[in-house]
Amino acid sequence: MLELALKGSKRYYGWIAFLLVLIAIGFAAYVNQLTVGLKTTGMSRDVSWGFYISQLTYLVGLAASGVMIVLPNYFHSYKTNKHMVIFGEFMAIAACVMCLLFVIVDIGQPQRMMNMVFHPTPNSILFWDMIVINGYLFLNLLCGWTCLQADRQHLPHPKWVKPFIYTSIIWAFSIHTVTAFLYQGLPGRHYWLTAILAARFLASAFCAGPAILVLVLLVTEKVTTFKMPKNALSTLVKIIMYAMCINMFFFLLEVFTAFYSNIPGHMHPLLYLFEHASTGLVTLMWTFVVFAAISITLLVTPRLRNNLKLLPWTLAMLIIATWLDKGLGLLIGGFNPTPFDTITPYWPTGKELLVSMMIYSIGALIVTVLFKIATEVKEEVGHSQKLPCGCSSEDTCVCSSEDDCGCVSEEAAAEA
Amino acid sequence: MKNSRRTFIKLAGIAAAGLAVAPKKALASEGHAPVKPNSTAIHAEHWAMVIDTTKLHTAEAIDKLAGVCHHIHNVPHIEGKQEVKWLWHDTYAHTFPEQENPHLAEEVHERVFPLLCNHCENPPCVRVCPTKATFQRPDGIVAMDYHRCIGCRYCMAGCPYGSRSFNWGEPRLGLDLEKLNPEFPTRMRGVVEKCNFCVERLAVGKEPACVEASEGAMHFGDLKDPDSEVRKVLREKFTIRRKPSAGTEPSVYYII
Ligand code: SF4
Ligand code: SF4
Ligand code: SF4
Repeated sequence: MLELALKGSKRYYGWIAFLLVLIAIGFAAYVNQLTVGLKTTGMSRDVSWGFYISQLTYLVGLAASGVMIVLPNYFHSYKTNKHMVIFGEFMAIAACVMCLLFVIVDIGQPQRMMNMVFHPTPNSILFWDMIVINGYLFLNLLCGWTCLQADRQHLPHPKWVKPFIYTSIIWAFSIHTVTAFLYQGLPGRHYWLTAILAARFLASAFCAGPAILVLVLLVTEKVTTFKMPKNALSTLVKIIMYAMCINMFFFLLEVFTAFYSNIPGHMHPLLYLFEHASTGLVTLMWTFVVFAAISITLLVTPRLRNNLKLLPWTLAMLIIATWLDKGLGLLIGGFNPTPFDTITPYWPTGKELLVSMMIYSIGALIVTVLFKIATEVKEEVGHSQKLPCGCSSEDTCVCSSEDDCGCVSEEAAAEA
Repeated sequence: MKNSRRTFIKLAGIAAAGLAVAPKKALASEGHAPVKPNSTAIHAEHWAMVIDTTKLHTAEAIDKLAGVCHHIHNVPHIEGKQEVKWLWHDTYAHTFPEQENPHLAEEVHERVFPLLCNHCENPPCVRVCPTKATFQRPDGIVAMDYHRCIGCRYCMAGCPYGSRSFNWGEPRLGLDLEKLNPEFPTRMRGVVEKCNFCVERLAVGKEPACVEASEGAMHFGDLKDPDSEVRKVLREKFTIRRKPSAGTEPSVYYII
């Protein structure tokens, strides 16, 4: 099926070329980092992990989130999601690859990386994180590719792949739990030392991940003949809403525990992030709170939630909010105050950002190629295609052909 | 006849025991060349250090010890937040952040305290290391294999005492090549390092360099031996350890 990725429009090739340029620029920065060492980063003796590891943390969430489409389909026979499953799986592949790359660029001696395999150390969570991310990557490659190939040949999905799909659903929860454990079990890092961290990770993954997926699919709709079934979309948006509410609820639990108990270790990271850090960081943290509040408001109001014009903005705000919380604040708040109750500010350097840009571009490239293949196959077999009225071929479309379609799906109509 | 049978059983027993022990030995040495230990080496069941901060509490005195340590271990001198240090000094509030109070005796508050790796009995840095590059020796010392370390810095996140340093850049650039100690290896960039309780000196029967240079303000010995010097001072003087709440059981004790 890979040949499908090779034929494309000028625009498709232009986009790929653009990504390759970004990758090349980032790669130059990485070569520089390899030759002079990690001193090109803003990390320090006190803040020993930085932007790279926080991106890993965030992207593991994206990888895990595909399950929010896969799970309803397989566990609840929610068949509306059927033709979207492949996108969740392909997104997870790109996210896993990005996670692994972020680990590679973060370590000081990448050529010794295999030491993790040669000297397996079950007491280290990093060892398990490597296992679960690689395992999830493999599972998604296997399930995604096999099912898509079967679709293309108009065959039912093979029976043997079912157990792998069920495993991958459970696995999705494990990758984010294990990544949370990476932080959760460390003495002396109060911001991370909380039993609810894994739950917070899952909640934020299950809102931010599908939100990113929906945004990417909205773009896919623009450039291909693919169209998301309306019911599937509105289910996904509802999942995003619930997950975001739970996510913020968990965050408030942390705030309550810290301040009602009055234990300095628990209060200090929060006070640092929201009050004492540099103005830039404090502003960003408050942006997180404000954006989270706005996106929740927009999501819980049915009228606003179903407004397709507004939806991309709502989701973008939600993504920014969760990224600021989990992709930035979590890491900085974990290292500051330092074990000496002092502050060592951290901010990524330009080179760190360039290397990260390389990895994100690689991810975008993988998503582009995989989604291209998937949408081509869907076009060939006529799944989820755009109808003249703007609905998807999977919708039980109630529009009459000459109407130019104030097309509401049954469910949205019932809600309104 | 009877006799020879008994001898045979004995021999078989010994052989079996040998078989049981041999692979363990091979494992313990992790494939290193079978080097005979130095006959002058000193041993302990669990090494520990007691620092008398009534005698050793000025920045100058501690920096002098740090200079000795850093010199013999070829610790690079790097300015700023990416520095590397094995032994250094800090204030009471930074050394014992959870054990401060506003009415602490002024004299204690003005002291500065020597800081180094605590060689914890329960070391989180060993627990989190994914390659066993950080490991605990049977004598309690938490040691590092710089050639195995992949530089993931998980141990730095895991250590609640900030005892570890990472070589963000080329460490040899921060060394005075004229004054290198040829008996101790230098490191490469991209690996973590920290105080090693001077294992290389214990192996030839010497005390840690900082203890030797401290003129009696630091004691070193076997924590498990009730007659050892450290146990004697621990019995006589009131001591505290850093961050007891972290549950790591540091092997470095401070006389206040
Ligand atoms: S002080 Fe830190 S580095 Fe030293 S043994 Fe304890 S946890 Fe490990
Ligand atoms: S940086 Fe080296 S010593 Fe530290 S945890 Fe990673 S591999 Fe182990
Ligand atoms: S015990 Fe040895 S390595 Fe550790 S601080 Fe003292 S001199 Fe340095």
